[in-house]
Amino acid sequence: MNALLDFYAKHSQLIDQIGINAILALSLSVSLQAGQLALAQVAFMGIAAYVSTILALNAHWPLAATIVAGVVASTIVAALLAFPVRRLRGVFLAIATIGFGEIVRVFANNLAITGGAEGISGIPNDAGTGVIYASLALVVLALFALSRTRFALAVALVREDEHAARGVGVDVGTVRLLSLALGGAIAGLGGALHAHSSNFITPADFGFATMEQVLVWCVIGGVTSPLGAVLGAALLSILPEVIRVLADYREITNGVILLAVILFVPGGIASLWRRGAVRVRV
Amino acid sequence: MLQLEQVGVSYGGVHALHDVSLRVDTARVLGLIGPNGAGKTTLVNATTGLAPLATGSIALDGARIDGLPTHRIARAGIARTYQNIRLFGVLDVRANLAAGAFARPGRLTEDAARELLERAGIAHVDLAAQASTLPYGDQRRLEIARALAAKPSVVMLDEPAAGMNPSETTRLVETIRAIAASGIAVLLIEHDMALVRAACDSVVVLNFGEVIARGTPAEVARDPVVVEAYLGSGAETLA
Amino acid sequence: MIAQQLLNGLFLGAVYALFAVGYTLVFGVLDILNLAHAAIFTAAAFAAFSLAVGTGMPLPLAFLIAAAMAGIIGILLDRVAFAPLRRRNAGTLVPLISSIGVAIIIGATLRGIYGVDERHFTTGAADTAPVLHLGPAAFTIVELTIFLAAVVLMFVLSWTLRASPLGRRIRAVAEDRVAAALLGVNLERTIAATFFIASSLGGAAGVLTGLEYNSVTLDMGGPIELKGLAIIILGGMGSVTGAVIGGFVIGAVETLATAAGLSEWRDAITFGVMFLILVARPTGFFGKRALRQA
Repeated sequence: MNALLDFYAKHSQLIDQIGINAILALSLSVSLQAGQLALAQVAFMGIAAYVSTILALNAHWPLAATIVAGVVASTIVAALLAFPVRRLRGVFLAIATIGFGEIVRVFANNLAITGGAEGISGIPNDAGTGVIYASLALVVLALFALSRTRFALAVALVREDEHAARGVGVDVGTVRLLSLALGGAIAGLGGALHAHSSNFITPADFGFATMEQVLVWCVIGGVTSPLGAVLGAALLSILPEVIRVLADYREITNGVILLAVILFVPGGIASLWRRGAVRVRV
Repeated sequence: MLQLEQVGVSYGGVHALHDVSLRVDTARVLGLIGPNGAGKTTLVNATTGLAPLATGSIALDGARIDGLPTHRIARAGIARTYQNIRLFGVLDVRANLAAGAFARPGRLTEDAARELLERAGIAHVDLAAQASTLPYGDQRRLEIARALAAKPSVVMLDEPAAGMNPSETTRLVETIRAIAASGIAVLLIEHDMALVRAACDSVVVLNFGEVIARGTPAEVARDPVVVEAYLGSGAETLA
Repeated sequence: MIAQQLLNGLFLGAVYALFAVGYTLVFGVLDILNLAHAAIFTAAAFAAFSLAVGTGMPLPLAFLIAAAMAGIIGILLDRVAFAPLRRRNAGTLVPLISSIGVAIIIGATLRGIYGVDERHFTTGAADTAPVLHLGPAAFTIVELTIFLAAVVLMFVLSWTLRASPLGRRIRAVAEDRVAAALLGVNLERTIAATFFIASSLGGAAGVLTGLEYNSVTLDMGGPIELKGLAIIILGGMGSVTGAVIGGFVIGAVETLATAAGLSEWRDAITFGVMFLILVARPTGFFGKRALRQA
C-alpha cells in the first residue's frame, strides 16, 4: 500500500495529465466516429478553461459550478459552429475548424479578460486526481451507453455512407451537429479540468500543436471504441516516462508510431483485438 | 401509391426530365425503361429529394413529398436500392438491416432480420457477415432486404438485375412479385427486357427525359416509337 | 507610408505565394493536404544554414542545393507516407494524418541535429546592406533578391505546368488519374515529380524566409503552415494561379493590418476571411479546375 502511495506521490502530475489527455482524446474520437475530421477541440477546450478560470478567480464560484459553466460554454460554441460548417466535408471541414481554432486563439491572446499572451495564473489547484478520473469514468460510461442507442447507429451510417444514410431516414445534419456538440462538451470538460489542475493557462496551451497531439492519440489508439482513444492517450503519455531513454526521442517516437499505425494497423491499436465486421449493436 | 405529376428537372439549361407523369399503384410493379441517359435515375433521385423539381409535383399516398429533404421522404415510406450498390460495407448484415429499419420504432429482432433475408431471397446469409464480403448477387439482394426493413409503401429498385445471370434473374422476378404482393408499390428500373416482361404489370418508357410510351410490357415492346428509340428504325420489336 | 507597407506586403506575399504553391500543387494532383510541407520548409532553411555558414558555401549555391534536398525529401515523403495509402485506396483524410507523422519525424530530427537555438545566416552584415528606394519606399538588396527569386521560381513553375511535357502529365493526373494511367502516363513517376517540385519550392520559401529575417528556428514553419491553408483556400484548392494571388493578397492584408495598428489581430483577420470563404464558396476564387487549365 505504501509503495502505491509513494508511486502516486512521485507521479501524480503525470497521472492527472493522462486523465485529462484521455478526456481530450475522447472528445475528438466522437467527431471521428461520425467521419468528421473536426479539429476545433482545442478551441472548445480553451473556451471552457478560460470561462471556468475567470468564474473561479473573479466570481469565486465553486469548482463544480465553474466546470459546468465551462462545459456549457464550449458546448454552445460547438453547436453554433456546426451551422456554418454544415456543408463542409473532409479536408475542407478540417481546415475550417483549424481556422476557427486559430481565431479563438487570437482572441485569447488579445483580450484583457483572458490575460493576453501571458494568460491567467494563480488558478486554484482544486481538481485532484479523483475529480479527473471520476470525470473520465463518467465520459467513458456515457459513451458506452450511447454506443447502444440508435444515435450510435446513425453516427456509423453517416460515417460509412452519408448518401445512403439519408436514404434510410437518417437526418445527417442533426447527427453532425450533435456529434460536434458532444465533442465540444467533452473537450470543454477536459479544458476546465486542465485549468484547475495547472497553476496557469495561456493561449499557447490551446494551439494547433496541441490539436495535432490529440489527433495522434486518437489515431494510434483507434476510434471505433471509447477505449481506443483512452488507450492512445495513455500509451503515448506514459511511454516516454516509463522508458527513460525514449524521453529525448519522445517526439520522433510519436511520429514513427503514428506512421506505423497508419500504414499497418489503420484501425488503431484498439482494433488489434477486434476482428471481422464492425458490430453496431442496436 | 406514388404519383408523379408533370415533373420536370433541369441541370443547368438541360432538361433531364420534362413533363413526366406516372403512377405506381400499391401491390403493382411499374417498370421504368429507356435508353441510357433517358432520365430514369434522375427520376428516382428527384423522387427521393436528391434533385430539386423545376416543375410538377410528387405525392405519396396523396401527400406532397417534393421539396422535402431526403431523409424525410425516406421516413415517409419510400425506400430504394442503388444502381451502384450502396451498402454499409464495413458493417455486418444485421447492422445493414437495422439501418434500413432506422426510421421504424423499436429494435430489429433477429427473427425479423431473418424474415427480411428470406423475403429478399438470401435466407442462407449469415447475419454476422461483413456486408462487403458477400458475393455480388447477395449484396444486391441485401440492398433489397434493407429497403424492405423500412416497411415502406413504395420501393424503387434501380437496376437490381445488373450483373446477374439468367437463372438469378428468374429468381429475382419471384422476389419482386412477392414484394408487390405484400402490399408495396414497386418501381423497377431495368434494362433486362425479359425481367421487365415477367415482373411488371405495366411499363413507362422514357427517352431524353420524356415519356414516349406506356402500357403493358407486351404493348410497349411492340410500340414502334419505343423500338426506334432503343434500336433505331428498321427493327421489328424489342426482345 | 502606405507605399512602404504595400512594398513590404509585396515582398512578404511573394514568399507566402511560393510556399502556398507547393501546398496547392499536391492538393490539386492528389487531393491530399500535405501537412509536412511546413516541416520541409524548415528543414531546407536549416540545410541552407549548414551549407552557407557551416561550410562557407556561397549563398546562391546553398539555396539551390537546399531546395533540391527539399525536393528529394518530398519524394521520400510520398514513398513512405502516401504511396502505400494510394495502393489501398485510403481516401483523403488518412494521408493528411500520415503527413503529420512525417512532419513530426522531420521536426524531431531537426531538433536532434540542431538543438533548440536560433540560427543566423549572417552576423549583422544584413544591417549594412545597401538600401534602395522606389519612390518613398525603401528596401534592401537582400529583400529585392528574395522577392525576385520567389517570382522567378513561380514563373518557372507556371511555365513548366503549362508548356512542358511533364506539366501536361501532371495536369492530366490532376484531372483524372485513371484516364491518365490508361493514356500511358506513368503515375508514380509523375507523382514523384510533383512532390519534388512542390517540396523544392516549399524548401526554397523556407530558405528565403530564413534569409529575410536572418533567423532559422525549429518553429519557423508554424505560422506559415496554417497561413498557407488560408492562402490556398482563398485562391482555390488546386489552383496554382490562385495560390500566387492568394499569397500576395494575404501578404498585403497582413502588412496593411499592421499598418492600421491591428497587428495582433492579423491572424484572426486572415482566418476569418478564410472561414467566410469556406462557408460561402468552398472552391475559392479559382478552384480545382484551374490546375487543369494551369
